[in-house]
Amino acid sequence: MIDSPRVLAPGLEIDQFRLKERIFTGGMGSIWRVDLTDDSTLSTGGSEIILKIPFISAGSDVAAIVAFEIEEMIMKRLYGPHVPKVYATGDLSKIPYIAMEFVEGAPLSSMLLGVPVSPEEVLRVGRLMTRAVADIHRQHVIHLDLKPANIIMAKRGAVLIDFGLARHDELPDLMGEETRLPVGSAAYMAPEQTVGDRSQPSSDLFAIGAILFELASGVVPFGVPVTTHGLKQRMDIDLATLTPKLSVLPPGLAEIILRCLEPKPENRYPTADQLLFDLNHPDRVVPTERLTRRPKRWLERLGNWWAKPPPEPRRKQGNMAQHLALAPVILAAVDLSHGSDQLAESVRLYVRRALEAEPFARLACVTVLKSKVIGEDPLHDSEGRSAYHGRLVALKEWARPLASDDDTISYHVLEGVDAGATILDYVVNNSIDHIVMGARSSSTLRRHLGSVSSKVVAGAPCTVTVVRLRAGGETDQSELPEEAESP
Amino acid sequence: MRLAVLSDIHGNYEALEACLEQIAAAGVDGYAFLGDLVGYGPDPGRVVDIISELNARGAIVLKGNHDEAIERGADRMTGIAAEAILWTRIQLNERQKAYLAQLPLTEARDNVMFVHASAARPETWPYVDSTASAVACLAASGTRLTLCGHTHLPRLFHQLPGRSVEDFVPVANRKVPFSSARRYLGVLGAVGQPRDRDPRACWVLLEPDGLTYFRVGYDFDATMRKIKAAGLPEWLGTRLATGR
Repeated sequence: MIDSPRVLAPGLEIDQFRLKERIFTGGMGSIWRVDLTDDSTLSTGGSEIILKIPFISAGSDVAAIVAFEIEEMIMKRLYGPHVPKVYATGDLSKIPYIAMEFVEGAPLSSMLLGVPVSPEEVLRVGRLMTRAVADIHRQHVIHLDLKPANIIMAKRGAVLIDFGLARHDELPDLMGEETRLPVGSAAYMAPEQTVGDRSQPSSDLFAIGAILFELASGVVPFGVPVTTHGLKQRMDIDLATLTPKLSVLPPGLAEIILRCLEPKPENRYPTADQLLFDLNHPDRVVPTERLTRRPKRWLERLGNWWAKPPPEPRRKQGNMAQHLALAPVILAAVDLSHGSDQLAESVRLYVRRALEAEPFARLACVTVLKSKVIGEDPLHDSEGRSAYHGRLVALKEWARPLASDDDTISYHVLEGVDAGATILDYVVNNSIDHIVMGARSSSTLRRHLGSVSSKVVAGAPCTVTVVRLRAGGETDQSELPEEAESP
Repeated sequence: MRLAVLSDIHGNYEALEACLEQIAAAGVDGYAFLGDLVGYGPDPGRVVDIISELNARGAIVLKGNHDEAIERGADRMTGIAAEAILWTRIQLNERQKAYLAQLPLTEARDNVMFVHASAARPETWPYVDSTASAVACLAASGTRLTLCGHTHLPRLFHQLPGRSVEDFVPVANRKVPFSSARRYLGVLGAVGQPRDRDPRACWVLLEPDGLTYFRVGYDFDATMRKIKAAGLPEWLGTRLATGR
């Protein structure tokens, strides 16, 4: 083991890396730019490499060892655009290090110099962050220490760094019971983390909410408490006290941020993908009583405190995959160009079955309005607007039997030349988990040209349920040429 | 070195066969059987023959409390377990009984301790089913990794030197990587009588860099039919379907 950080100096070779320049020193370790040694066989595709080297020596803080163990275990298993690529790691019993890609870009913390930023910018950053968080959640990892300094805004999107406090829900939590005190960054830490609960994916959504709050208002929502007691106060926070600081925001965005900051995990968004969905459609977010509640009087608060049993850290294992599966975003793509026909009704039946099976699902109903000429935007003339509104009314009418509460269902009239491509674009941008759509019965012409549903099936990155009426059920539609089909 | 580790086979030929097939497909360098080859299940002789054959080719094979009871009697066992021991004793031939009687209680190799119950007083068959019993086992073994069975409940305890012992329920088929700073105590699930509400047979793959708890489905209906036909207590069959 390295017994002192002083030993590290430019020129020192560690395995296949040669230290070049120290770019960061913190309490737990240092970060170096490195070159590959001459005999290195590593192929990095030209990207610059950094070495993160923890300060670990006899008698050093066990937290540094644990943070390294966790980061090594988790970063080696993460992949994709939202994490730095790891090239090699050094063992704790020799020289511990993590060799990873240097991510070009600015940390989100550098943006805080200009707060508050515009609502559009809050939404843009929110979407980038949430997309990254959704990606690691899908890989069973909860970050648990999201803060502006740990989010790099790179060309390829938001890149999350520093996984020293993270949790992989299918691997042992190396953060032991005795070290499981509130660890994380006080300003952005979720209430459940203050009592040692490290099992909630929505702890990351709370941190996103706190960051968005700061971007939008210029201040962090709960201050930066320095004591454990101060930290735990956010478990009882009255969201109504935060609302005035968000009053300049569009109500939809304020609602999104407040929902992320709900003290109880179950009152936040069930998944990052559902948060992303709202960030993509803030105008469709229906403000709830979150925005209109008045702060509780001190006597009411006292009553709350009196009635509340002491919080128990919840310990759950292996629940993330199940959790994500229970809260999908379902897309119902329905062709209303012929009104709500038999096929549209059948699509609705299958959508209802999917919703019944998945209690926390949310539903996006879309229909495509075809624009005839590329570049022409029919929404800008009165005829186009009326077509748009007519279709929106028809879509809501079609979905009416499905609607339970406005929170979980939304309506979108998309516009495009190619219905299949338009649907696919929407699916990718909104991390849709499951598409339910209809297919017209087969005809020679459609087989020749390829149908909308087959295009969607071929290109969709998710499950697709294609609903088709039994042969004979739809004779009047089956001879329509491809041009007439527009879900 | 890739080692397949199995425990608590309990005379369940179908479950053992399913594990051995998956192990052969995965490819390993050796086998370790952590005891309780017999007891409860309807095929004790066949299971002993398969495992003693692997033993002759280098596999580690240890003695469990049910194997011991064949020789010493089942007076310390509960009703159903004791009844099954009496039945099993009649099924086994002298060679098979002599084989079980000579099995060792522990074996240590390459900084790994293998034992049926616990490294702490293994001859008294204590369960490693709590942090306290894990602490005792880790203190007695002294090795970096200890593997045992006996409880039929998969668990993985881990510990940084001088820190508290932590507890983890392994996720099926997901490799747990070793940290070189920690010691580990792996409690295997059972091959022949799972009790963690997952009816699939359990075996563990030990590799230099981690441990994987595999679960394998097998034809427990066939085992249940044999248990019934043999006149063994019916509960020994029905519990296989639910893993209880």
